[in-house]
Amino acid sequence: MATDTDATALAAELLDLYEQMAVIRRTEKAAQDLFLAGLVKGTTHLAAGQEAVAVGASAALRPDDYVFATYRGHHHAIARGASPEACLAELMSRSTGLCKAKGGSMHLTKADSGMLGSYAIVGSHLPMAVGAAWSATLRGTEQVAVAFFGDGATNIGAFHEALNLAAVWKLPVVFVCENNLYMEYTPIGSVTAVANPAADRAAAYDLPAEVVDGNDVLLVRNAVARAVTKARAGDGPTILEALTYRHFGHSRTDPATYRPADEVEAWLARDPLTIARARLAELGTSTAAADERAERTVAEAVEAAKAAPPADPAEAFTDVWADGGAAWRT
Amino acid sequence: MADVTYRESVAEGIAREMRRDPTVVCLGEDIGAAGGVFKTMAGLYDEFGPRRVWDTPISEQAIVGAAMGAAMTGIRPVAEIMFSDFLACCWDYLANEIPKVRYMTGGQVTVPLVVRTANGGGLGFGAQHSQAVENWAFTVPGLKIAAPSTPADVVGLMASAIRSDDPVVVFEHKGLFASKGPAAPPDHVVPLGEANVVRRGADVTVVALASTVPIALSAAEQLAAENIDVEVVDLRCLVPLDMRTVLESVRRTSRLVVVEENPYQGGWGATVVSVAADEGFELLDAPVVRVAAECVPLPFADALEDEVIPSTAKLADAIRRLSSY
Repeated sequence: MATDTDATALAAELLDLYEQMAVIRRTEKAAQDLFLAGLVKGTTHLAAGQEAVAVGASAALRPDDYVFATYRGHHHAIARGASPEACLAELMSRSTGLCKAKGGSMHLTKADSGMLGSYAIVGSHLPMAVGAAWSATLRGTEQVAVAFFGDGATNIGAFHEALNLAAVWKLPVVFVCENNLYMEYTPIGSVTAVANPAADRAAAYDLPAEVVDGNDVLLVRNAVARAVTKARAGDGPTILEALTYRHFGHSRTDPATYRPADEVEAWLARDPLTIARARLAELGTSTAAADERAERTVAEAVEAAKAAPPADPAEAFTDVWADGGAAWRT
Repeated sequence: MADVTYRESVAEGIAREMRRDPTVVCLGEDIGAAGGVFKTMAGLYDEFGPRRVWDTPISEQAIVGAAMGAAMTGIRPVAEIMFSDFLACCWDYLANEIPKVRYMTGGQVTVPLVVRTANGGGLGFGAQHSQAVENWAFTVPGLKIAAPSTPADVVGLMASAIRSDDPVVVFEHKGLFASKGPAAPPDHVVPLGEANVVRRGADVTVVALASTVPIALSAAEQLAAENIDVEVVDLRCLVPLDMRTVLESVRRTSRLVVVEENPYQGGWGATVVSVAADEGFELLDAPVVRVAAECVPLPFADALEDEVIPSTAKLADAIRRLSSY
């Protein structure tokens, strides 16, 4: 039986998670607007609709745990402490960008809080997460590594090599699949031999797996917390498959017309912010102030990023090597 | 002191670093109790045990990808890719991930790892186990590349590679494993990017790397009898590329030959001669010449393989022609 104190604590925690999601949602909307206005070059892969996976998982991690994400990774960077301003400045090629404008939308990284990168070669970062978990065991730190990846990544070799090695070495790694039902423009089910692209592969590596509602931030937090507890205790990896949905297309201006209207409608009704807001209402808590703060935070971030100086061309010749330089010959 | 083999120097070089730094950890296929298929890891498992020397499945992506993740988080991994041909199985990590992650994060992370691999031909292993692929790595900004030619350099370059905060690919030449030379002195360190003038000569500069260093030295011996005085520069590393030493040598000799085991098409020698032509044109009295592998897959039979890869005779012919230009 939940006590009033439990309910108050839960409401406070959920409100905090809600606000993080609201900041991410507005940052993604701003990124889209700035892209359409020509202020973001190249490409974007927005995570609007998938906020609960990043925020819920982050809530279950220690500050020194490791996170590896994909090119659809704005939500993971922000959930691990990157500011919307630094992210948007990166997208807008400003010198104040999170990666000094050398990474761009697909490579947001916040290494000082354990967010060790966003990788744009599908599946490549799963072995890296395995390596970070291996490193944690070698150093005896009880840190956990989490690899977030899309459903499309489950059909590339690196996914399978990573799962096998993590299982054989029993490493503290959690594999979190953000199954948004589409690998780019193609329904994942039409190119995958199993119904649950990540969870159904677990048996091949003798790993536990769980399919979770990826739009319910508390359910994600709970599932990741269980997997992390197990990993930290030395009981090896877990595969989580979080079912979720993109609100935008795959990238840039993709209108995602390949998705049936009734499917889109059903998933939009299950917006992670709507779900959290409804739960908070049940708990007697309004989100109005959090929404307002999120709105203001992102509006200020947009203005600050716009006002920041462009990347200095001299930066092209820094950071290749550990000494800060780029010299390749004498 | 008795001479040692190149093969045992690989294990010696790694062991010295593992003794001085507990964060140095090895991983690869068959490197544990088996000691590596070329026995270049012999003795390490016995000395350091399974927490420092890790056998992996045949999963090149997992090996190099895990090494990268570990290197980003406080470990100095030494990953073995059994044959350099297999680098193609994990090329994403060598081409897209390891060399770029520091740059594209604006310097937020470093990747202090070593990928070691057995490279090169001459042993009749056929087209998929014989290639000299140092030029593959040379196409990617962000990788350092070492390729030792002597047992002492194996130890000295391994020390620098493992201590480097940058990713280093170490190409160990299969054809040199049985070769012998003086053992490395204690605490021997050869800095990355310092070429070695291994033979002084006045007439022609020959720039060589790994297996082509002994070829260059034997051609030089042969040509000495013909009054052609050959200088041999052992590059030791492709990145950093010690062009200063090459150009200083060309200043003395006015003639340049590059001998490389990778194919002529896309070989590293093309970069060396382009820098020489660009910055050393006034120093040259003759065209620059490249002796490289023929542009075909490596064939199996000795008679065919010998036809394709550089030899003392081919190099000596090229030097003769150039010196009479």
